[in-house]
Amino acid sequence: MKTNQSIMYSSRHHNTSEVTAKYIFLISGIVAIFAVCSITFYMFLKGAPALPVVGPLDLLFGTVWQPTAQVPSYGILYVILTSMIGTGFAILLGVPIGLLTAVFLTEISAKHLTMIIQPAVELLAAIPSVIYGLLGMMVLNPAIYKLEKLIFVGKAGHQFTGGANLLSAIIVLAIMILPTVINMSVSALKAVPQSYRNASYAMGATKIQTIFKVTIPAAKSGIMTGIVLGIGRALGEAMAINMVAGGSVNFPLPFNSVRFLTTQLVSEMSYAEGTHRQVLFTVGLVLFIFIMIINLILMAISKRGEDDER
Amino acid sequence: MEQKTKISVKDLNLFYGENHALKNVSMDMKENAITAFIGPSGCGKSTFLKTLNRMNDLVDNVKITGQVLLDQEDIYGAEVDTTTLRKKVGMVFQQPNPFPMSIYDNIAYGPRVHGIKDRHKLDEIVEESLRGAAIFDEVKDRLKKSALSLSGGQQQRICIARALAVHPDVLLMDEPTSALDPISTLKIEDLMEELKKTYTVVIVTHNMQQAVRVSDDTAFFLLGEMIEYGNTKDLFAYPQDKRTEDYITGRFG
Amino acid sequence: MKDSICVKRKRVSDYVMYGLIYACAASSVLLLVGIILYVLVKGAGQINISFLTNVTSVLRGTVGIAGNIVNTLYIIIITMLIATPIGIGAAVYLNEYAKPGKLVSLIEFATETLAGIPSIIFGLFGMMFFAQTLGLGYSLLTGSFTLTLMVLPLITRNTQEALKTVPDSYRSGAVGLGAGKWYTIRTILLPSAMPGIITGVILAIGKIVGESAALLFTAGSAYTLPKGISDIFTKTLSSGGTLTIQLYLSAQKGEFGIAFGIAVVLLVIVLLINAATKLLTKKFDVNREK
Repeated sequence: MKTNQSIMYSSRHHNTSEVTAKYIFLISGIVAIFAVCSITFYMFLKGAPALPVVGPLDLLFGTVWQPTAQVPSYGILYVILTSMIGTGFAILLGVPIGLLTAVFLTEISAKHLTMIIQPAVELLAAIPSVIYGLLGMMVLNPAIYKLEKLIFVGKAGHQFTGGANLLSAIIVLAIMILPTVINMSVSALKAVPQSYRNASYAMGATKIQTIFKVTIPAAKSGIMTGIVLGIGRALGEAMAINMVAGGSVNFPLPFNSVRFLTTQLVSEMSYAEGTHRQVLFTVGLVLFIFIMIINLILMAISKRGEDDER
Repeated sequence: MEQKTKISVKDLNLFYGENHALKNVSMDMKENAITAFIGPSGCGKSTFLKTLNRMNDLVDNVKITGQVLLDQEDIYGAEVDTTTLRKKVGMVFQQPNPFPMSIYDNIAYGPRVHGIKDRHKLDEIVEESLRGAAIFDEVKDRLKKSALSLSGGQQQRICIARALAVHPDVLLMDEPTSALDPISTLKIEDLMEELKKTYTVVIVTHNMQQAVRVSDDTAFFLLGEMIEYGNTKDLFAYPQDKRTEDYITGRFG
Repeated sequence: MKDSICVKRKRVSDYVMYGLIYACAASSVLLLVGIILYVLVKGAGQINISFLTNVTSVLRGTVGIAGNIVNTLYIIIITMLIATPIGIGAAVYLNEYAKPGKLVSLIEFATETLAGIPSIIFGLFGMMFFAQTLGLGYSLLTGSFTLTLMVLPLITRNTQEALKTVPDSYRSGAVGLGAGKWYTIRTILLPSAMPGIITGVILAIGKIVGESAALLFTAGSAYTLPKGISDIFTKTLSSGGTLTIQLYLSAQKGEFGIAFGIAVVLLVIVLLINAATKLLTKKFDVNREK
């Protein structure tokens, strides 16, 4: 049975659903662009007004935060420093542990051990941050308090924090970035060609020497990606550290009750009014800018990693 | 008996970006006959086959000039509806590629695309197509099973049946047996003999013996040009062009 | 003959390193086990039918998280209803329609960026835009819209990955039969990619369940149950605290019983989601092998 049909355009009905579909999909794609633009726009829109009122220098470099005083003062220098130092030390603590765990998983572990540890890491990543916060309050803070009492016994002038201080926050942050660092490092280490290791062994190096002198350097860019990702996560963490860090604005010392950029927002947003509220938006803007810088660095590194591989 | 021309190609040129892949190809393919394209790897025979149902449209940076007349209508004309074109000109690929569905749904896919929804009609078409591909008896009891559960040779015949289900005039086959074992290959070659009674078949093959066994006319391609075209027996017995002779006698390719 | 090869070279520093490595690896397992055990021990006692089906009410003297469970369900359902089509749509566009170029890079950059924004910023934006500018106030809708933006990248990425694994031969086969692009997508490509898409959906649900910072200033903290059929829909416009928010608030108030009870519920959900994802990826890989 033949079609004997002309191949010229006869009916157009079958094409309208095709064309409509294409546009619907295009619009779905653009939603992401729209979202990023809106968020950026709003951050600046709401964060900018407080700047001329308070003065950017006073805001960013002032150390006194008393928004509800008679003469309010809006200095967030200590808060910014806390975020930076807290994140920095969390990285210093979490990355080595994470990296060594990744080394264990890829270079040393036997199959049955990997089967226990790998799922453990995945689960750690999935635990909600409020649970970390809860455990921090119940387990970590009392422990740190004991430490605090030991160190500062009899020393007048130390404001006891009951364990809710920078040190607790750093520990919690380090634990929370572990899965990120481990996963990225495992990927990076797995991607190192076996030939590199073989060449090292063939020269008589031990496994440990090979790992630290050959494999890890070869996986550098992937590991860096993991670290930058970890920095991003630590900078953005709010709920968990709000529950363990104390909440006063102080210079970031381990046993001081402190505030991070994120916890600043969590603590005061619900009741802030007027200029106070606007300054909080500016704090949000500062945080946003920090995060965007980290993200851009991250994208640059991972792109360079891809280019290197070619 | 003089046969009608089904497809007439005039001065076809194809460019992949800067690369001039097909150069001034002109030929007429007869209705209800099997035309074979032969030539060494990379000579353009598969590319040329794909111009006959505009599958090259899917590739970026492709430019085509010239005419391909199907029943006197230029398939590259401005008003052409490519989905109707591909209903009229079906294609079977080198690697069997049945969809991850039941055998029935694979065959019914084409008719459904073109609007046939009635269950009885579809049943008829499925049986007719499977018979046309000489595989009905083998699969009639497991039409609802996945097509992926069949052997390679059977899968390819399912793909042929699937192409037949839209009732094309022309069947294009791009090295249809190169991925199959010898027994399946012979089965499909027998099938082609049957198919040509109803359809116009154009096949690309890198296997010269297959061209001799199966085709009525053969075209020899080299580096994007069609070097020689004619009755298969004549071309193989008395090639006109030295390059054709060299290829046929195995001096290259 | 100098160094005999029969004597094993032992380096002290190597032993130290091995020790450190084992310690670090063990710590992740110990951490996880510790967390799960502690939460279970402290919280299991709280869990009973009454806790799960009642709402905390001073009047009635009950303590329960039913309101929070319902709120969490609302947020999951509304968010997924919006985010799933958009996320899949974007992935389909990127993988099937778009030609490499500026627009594609822009969409992928935007998706990557969205994935990197921390939840507190989403919460801030949600409060500014959905709650204030759009006038939705503290409500489940506000929370859902905010979370939609958060899980969008997850769904898009997973769907893209899934579509990439669908063999190109299916696409050629369909086009060769005269099928249009959208027809091919809905009859062959999306069904084939379904396991990967579902994995993305489940991961997104997991993320929603665990989310807190983005909901604090968008969805609020109320925990009443809907009062009737019509209230089921109007409830979306009123404030509602999810399980995570309630945990946070209870902990701040010192109500640790409730907090640990919720923690147990959350852990169970997280474990189930994790298991479901694992099962699906295994099934997906098996299917691909065929």
